[in-house]
Amino acid sequence: MRIFVVVMTILVFCGAFAYVSHSAMIRYGDPPYTEMDDYFIRNGQEQTGANNIVTSVVFDYRGFDTLGEASVLFTAVLGVGITLRKGSEWGGKEI
Amino acid sequence: MSKIVRSAADLLYPFILTFGFYIVVHGHLTAGGGFQGGAVIATGIALMFGANRYKVISQQIRGKMLRTCEAVGLIMFIIIGLCALIDGKSFLYNWLANADWLFGHPVTYGSNTGDLYTAGIIPILNIAIGIEVLGGLSLIILYMLSGVSEE
Repeated sequence: MRIFVVVMTILVFCGAFAYVSHSAMIRYGDPPYTEMDDYFIRNGQEQTGANNIVTSVVFDYRGFDTLGEASVLFTAVLGVGITLRKGSEWGGKEI
Repeated sequence: MSKIVRSAADLLYPFILTFGFYIVVHGHLTAGGGFQGGAVIATGIALMFGANRYKVISQQIRGKMLRTCEAVGLIMFIIIGLCALIDGKSFLYNWLANADWLFGHPVTYGSNTGDLYTAGIIPILNIAIGIEVLGGLSLIILYMLSGVSEE
């Protein structure tokens, strides 16, 4: 009985969320107009000098975000290094 | 691993490194960039780790070198970003674009095949991120392999 209630609750919630998100979904092949896209396409090459607009967004307009991504990778490697250091429970040889 | 696997890995290794370096350097012209190219180079290093014995390969590709790579990449990124502050611009401003030295050729507008020597700080940042990613991903593999016991 308890299992049945839990399953029914999850199903009802999932159905409600699916219905709401379906009604708010953008139609395929019909993107909404945004000023930002047009700005990047029109001025990206001129302002950054890069032919690849994706790179000019990632490394120039959103450069700070890329710095954050690099720091995330650095922190992840730091965590692995601390967990698997020599002498810890799972650690191996000195590298 | 057997001799066949080791020979195949030795044969593929320089090509994988060259391809990864190509993706890093051409990040501002074609698809790809620092993260993707660094991951490709790290794949080549992972291939060498997998094909050879740990004792042999850890003498050639050292953990200290990879650790230095990772730190140098991140520090290079931050220093290039800070260089824009000298000129009175904001952090990570593209102060080298169209400046006529280091990666400063004027870009031709419209769709074209592109000039490698354009885009200011973007290629330098790509190289910095590539160095960092190749060091970081290989270091994770090296840390995990160091705990595996060999027969």
